[in-house]
Amino acid sequence: MSNSQTPGSDSYSIEAEIPANTKTYSQGQLVFRRFVRHKGAMASLIVLLFITLTAITSIGVGPLPGWWDKDYTRATAVLDGGRPTIGFFSLGEHPFGQDTIGKDYFALVMRGTQISLLVAVTVGVLSTIIGTIIGAVAGYMRGWIESILMRLTDLVIVIPLLALAAVIAKAASDQGVFVLALVLAIVTWTGLARLVRGEVLSLREREFVAAARAVGTSPARIIFKHILPNTIGVIIVSATLSIASAILLETSLSYLGFGVQSPDVSLGLLISQYQNAFLTRPWLFWFPGIMILLIALSINFIGDGLRDAFDPRQNRSKD
Amino acid sequence: MTKYILRRLGASFLVLLGGSLLLYVLTINSDDPLKDLRESNADNREYLIQQRTEFMGLDQPWYVRYWDWLTGVSKCVTLNCDLGTNRNGVDVGSLLGNAASSTLRLVVLATVLAIVIGIVVGILTAIRQYSGFDYSVTFLAFLFFSLPVFWVAVLLKEFAGIQFNNWMQEPTFSPVQIIITALVLALILSAVLGGDWKRRAATAGVTLVFVASAMTYFSAVEWFRRPLLGFGFVAIVGIAAAVGSTTLFVGFKNRRVLYSTLATVAAGLVSYFAFRGVIEEPTWPVLIGLFIMSLVVGGLIGWFMGGYSRKPAAALSAFVGGTMALLTAADMAVSHWASFLSLKPRPISTIGSQTPNFSGGFWESLLDVGAQIILPTIVLTLISVASYTRYTRSSMLEVMNQDYIRTARSKGLSERVVIVKHGFRNALIPITTIVAFDFAGLIGGAVITEKVFGWKGMGELFETGLRTVDPNPVMAFFLVTGTAAILMNLLADLAYAALDPRIRR
Repeated sequence: MSNSQTPGSDSYSIEAEIPANTKTYSQGQLVFRRFVRHKGAMASLIVLLFITLTAITSIGVGPLPGWWDKDYTRATAVLDGGRPTIGFFSLGEHPFGQDTIGKDYFALVMRGTQISLLVAVTVGVLSTIIGTIIGAVAGYMRGWIESILMRLTDLVIVIPLLALAAVIAKAASDQGVFVLALVLAIVTWTGLARLVRGEVLSLREREFVAAARAVGTSPARIIFKHILPNTIGVIIVSATLSIASAILLETSLSYLGFGVQSPDVSLGLLISQYQNAFLTRPWLFWFPGIMILLIALSINFIGDGLRDAFDPRQNRSKD
Repeated sequence: MTKYILRRLGASFLVLLGGSLLLYVLTINSDDPLKDLRESNADNREYLIQQRTEFMGLDQPWYVRYWDWLTGVSKCVTLNCDLGTNRNGVDVGSLLGNAASSTLRLVVLATVLAIVIGIVVGILTAIRQYSGFDYSVTFLAFLFFSLPVFWVAVLLKEFAGIQFNNWMQEPTFSPVQIIITALVLALILSAVLGGDWKRRAATAGVTLVFVASAMTYFSAVEWFRRPLLGFGFVAIVGIAAAVGSTTLFVGFKNRRVLYSTLATVAAGLVSYFAFRGVIEEPTWPVLIGLFIMSLVVGGLIGWFMGGYSRKPAAALSAFVGGTMALLTAADMAVSHWASFLSLKPRPISTIGSQTPNFSGGFWESLLDVGAQIILPTIVLTLISVASYTRYTRSSMLEVMNQDYIRTARSKGLSERVVIVKHGFRNALIPITTIVAFDFAGLIGGAVITEKVFGWKGMGELFETGLRTVDPNPVMAFFLVTGTAAILMNLLADLAYAALDPRIRR
């Protein structure tokens, strides 16, 4: 190789190395292409979008009305023992049936789905922010700051997740779903904090960080502009999976009675309210459960697709 | 190494202390502990309030209450624990004893099962990456950890518990059931074993015929009402364990190890008859003593017959000895199934950890406890298996892409040695971390499983404690999970040292 072609010399250009008719992709485009090719993840994305859109548009949000004419709080006369009327091509009067006192179960399940999704997404975003900041600061600052932050992480980890969530949620009950979401975020950031700290520990020793430090960049700018963009894959994947686990955690808490409080509904609360009706009115049990399963499953698959897209080391090479 | 472990223990102890303070303060502030009494109309309301205030120390500030609890717990060092009383004045220590034994029984069994199944399936999927088997297991794993625990528990109660009981009234298979089961098993096995289509067809065919004829036979003799394993079964499975473990870990060609494990099987078969009278109506100490004895005897046989490969021979023979002991016990338990059925015609009741007032011999009671533990164990195992399978698979794939694996293959080592010695041993290191973390979490997760199945375990202790704003039961729950977490982390540290010589220094 002649001297003029070594990287760093003035005449060298990477563009000159690539044949003119080859299309080039940025890192983001490569990730996007790999994600789109993941069939399971794409199918899951469509399912999740469908569920979300149905839940939002059917009964509406707040003052905005939806296309479904029944209300989840109003009971009407029980028709045909409250059996579901859903068919392959028709919804019928009560697609998911009616509950024991005649409320439309489709509206109830849609309301539960809204709340569960709202809680899960809030938890996912908040816990990702907390975990990322704590992990990044601990990993970059080292010293006593790291000791304090990591001992704090250990402190939260040593109490079983469900127990800690239940205790705080009980203290904050009757405050609405946003407080519940905040509580769940306070207990679920630990895993990501550890992951991010590990990544940052290795990144902070790299040359580009040393260069940034040498020109006097502030620690905050180094962390947010130079280090964190390099850990974006880990963070996005973990955020996705934390949404899935938040859905399950919220349903578990509501099942124990420490989560969403009646008269508001969530999918977990619906199951716990009607679990004894399994033999007489099985649909009251099936529909919310299948809804939770579908949401959690599709989010998990999307997370898997994202992981493969960001970190293709374990895949058979396709690009 | 010792210094490192001591430092880790010290740090975890401090974290545990901090966690206990946090949980205590949060619990006592979560609500008003006298709420139900304030709203009650009972005549002796004032007296009740005063009594509860006394039991819970409500007239004292929070730090005094916490300090009282802490000094009580610190007496555990001299084996004289005082975990305080609950709000009705009942000693929490005695409550915890019963609760912890049933919960730990459940969680330990589920963890062991999940580790074994998860690791085996994980390795198989890693070896057969991108096969139909791999895709199916991946899908099932995602399905399992997307399942709401209580939902699947209620389903299992209905479809596994009650339907099994109904089926047990007349335990026969219809031809359709036989054909479908045999076909499914044949497909799974041929997918796992792999190979070209000829080999797959042969595997599927043999499995199909074997399963179909076995099911027809069992159905015809009503085996499931009067099951027996017998001497022949114990002998065949024992020999299979000896040959299989030898082939897997040291290779079939190592005659020293092969002969010592087979000798252990022979010794086990002799004691199958020799100890029959003793284990007809045993006690737990006797059974555990016999189990340890079989481990020791197996180890000794391996040690003296092992020759140049003394260590693997001793380890594998001890393993085979233990297997023989478990097989003998299983044979005994199964032979008592008929008398168990006569005592309890519907074997699985879906509530409680054992049948109250159950009167039967040792083996009948064991079968009763076993029948009660099956469903919750399945629930807990399913979820853990899903994550262990995924972790083992990715960890195995990561290792199998390393350069030293290519080196091992290129110097002509057999695929078995490459996978078991070079691949699996290194893949175990990250898996150890996951398992250690998971165990304490599983006790926490068992709260819900116990609630669905009506077990009086630690979950109930915690839930009732929290509902009634009663800190001592909640703290007892935390004490067990926290100690379990520290112990598991310690075990993980020791396992690292065993797996990775670089840490041993």
